[in-house]
Amino acid sequence: MKSYILGDSLALFGRHMTLLKRAPQRILHVTLMPIMFVILFGYLFGSSMTVPSGDYHSYIMAGVFIQIMLASVVNTGVGVATDLKNGLVDRFRSLPMAQVSVLLGRTFSDVLLNVISCVLMLSVGLVIGWRIESNVIKATEGFLLVLLLGFTMTWIGCMIGLLVREPQGVNAVAMMVTMPSTFLSSTFYPLNNLPDWLQAIAQWSPMTTVATALRELWGNPTGNGADPALPLRYPVLSSALMLSALLVVVIPLTTRAYDRAARKG
Amino acid sequence: MDIAISVAGLRKKYGETEVLKGIDLAVEAGTVYGLLGPNGAGKTTIVRTLATLLKPDAGTATVAGFDVLRQPQEVRRSIGLTGQYAALDAGLTGRENLVLVATLMHLGRRRARARAAEVLEMFDLTHAADRPVRTYSGGMRRRLDLGASLTGNPPVIFLDEPTTGLDPVSRIALWELVRKQVAEGVTVLLTTQYLEEADQLAHRIAVIDKGRLAAEGAPADLKRTVGGERLEITVRAPEMALAAQAALARVSSVGCAPPVVDEDGLRVSVALENGIAGVSAAAQELQQASVEVVDFLVRRPSLDDVFLELTGHHKGELETANR
Ligand SMILES: Nc1ncnc2c1ncn2[C@@H]1O[C@H](COP(=O)(O)OP(=O)(O)OP(=O)(O)O)[C@@H](O)[C@H]1O
Ligand SMILES: [Mg+2]
Repeated sequence: MKSYILGDSLALFGRHMTLLKRAPQRILHVTLMPIMFVILFGYLFGSSMTVPSGDYHSYIMAGVFIQIMLASVVNTGVGVATDLKNGLVDRFRSLPMAQVSVLLGRTFSDVLLNVISCVLMLSVGLVIGWRIESNVIKATEGFLLVLLLGFTMTWIGCMIGLLVREPQGVNAVAMMVTMPSTFLSSTFYPLNNLPDWLQAIAQWSPMTTVATALRELWGNPTGNGADPALPLRYPVLSSALMLSALLVVVIPLTTRAYDRAARKG
Repeated sequence: MDIAISVAGLRKKYGETEVLKGIDLAVEAGTVYGLLGPNGAGKTTIVRTLATLLKPDAGTATVAGFDVLRQPQEVRRSIGLTGQYAALDAGLTGRENLVLVATLMHLGRRRARARAAEVLEMFDLTHAADRPVRTYSGGMRRRLDLGASLTGNPPVIFLDEPTTGLDPVSRIALWELVRKQVAEGVTVLLTTQYLEEADQLAHRIAVIDKGRLAAEGAPADLKRTVGGERLEITVRAPEMALAAQAALARVSSVGCAPPVVDEDGLRVSVALENGIAGVSAAAQELQQASVEVVDFLVRRPSLDDVFLELTGHHKGELETANR
């Protein structure tokens, strides 16, 4: 059965690619909001935002990439819940295939969707004057970190989809993950804009860590001030550790949720 | 005789409600077995258990010689499942859906494509093969769904209400396809709410009611327990109903329930035998008893009658309502 994992995952990866080719507007669903954010925040509110030692335009892009990755939660979750609802998961369950491929095919295809979204966003960023001020290697590391975040969010999305089971319900539950991640962190504004007690929380948010890591890797201002929390002093390492730890927890939970969801129906 | 599906003491609970209360079945290879029952009887639950989608709380089941709990992968290799609701990817074309299933059954690339084309042809879907399934009509989806379950040429197939929502022509076409499969040696377990469908297709039928087997046997045997034609008469006034009931009791099928008076006190129904001779005898009895019949209807036994006779609970409810 082990030997089927790769082949079956590829078959399902192919399924998602065909669907994406047929409905490429899905990429816009993921990227339209962040593009609006860049324009709104960057141009309209930008002048009222102050970033310690840097300007807001170069600050915001890391946050926008994070937001696109967070959109994976809904995107993947709705897809998984839809498969459950319309009985496709039942069909898969009745086939002699490697069941984990259902999740692998989905998550890896969503990573590819994320790559496409990133390229799109990168172009928008360059057009509006954002620049990566470091070297190629660091820039690449940054994008790999973005994709690792996306991969983690995709698995969280899978889990939510399997637990909620209703495509319409996924959005509301996903918001409970994405909203605090976006607004209780330094994705869109430096933490010194927040009240002290919120700052203390937001400093430890994995999203603040990832945002800081990206800004550092891309040579953009981090806006963290002089004496940040421990993870923010080693942001790249901390991000990698935090996300890996999340994955180690979420992947087995999601696999279990798949097993249970399929047996409920 | 080879047993393709065997079930013993199958039980399943959802929370506190026991949905299957000990089901025993044996299906001979190369035959069609019909599970008949009203909504909520537990038909889908049985099918899903046999298809390894559900774990039973107690009991054993084997499919094609493999234990559903201990050898699920082998069972999956031997079955095709058409669930109660079509399980397709609406965004993919019919062909892509079939190729995906064939690939996941590990047929290999080339054979998967060839088999998909074959199945499309078989189900008369070649003209729509390269259209997304979301553009298919309900009947086309049903056919494609059935096709998907036959893609791997499995020796055992499960069909959960395969003809619900089909027009009469598609229904008969689907019956034909099932018969063809059976002629090739495939074993079919089919659930349905239509007595006629079970009658047309099944070699044996199990009537399921509230998670229990209410009756089991060849369709002819079951119909014998239900009796022949049903006669339903409407009398002019409620006072005549009792006389009519007594008159009809003299002609009702032996071994069947006596005539029943409806809630409104005007309608009396009874199971007859001997075809036209039975109808004529009933008419004579009614005339001799001077019952004024304002309306009469002779019809074939329906699933309702099967339940009336076999489980008695619908009739029981009626009778208590009459008192
Ligand atoms: N996941 C579930 N959770 C709780 N109860 C369930 C679940 N699935 C089925 N049931 C209950 O189990 C009983 C049997 O359901 P089942 O679907 O097997 O009936 P059925 O004979 O297929 O009915 P139908 O003709 O309506 O398809 C029903 O009362 C149903 O409400
Ligand atoms: Mg059912």
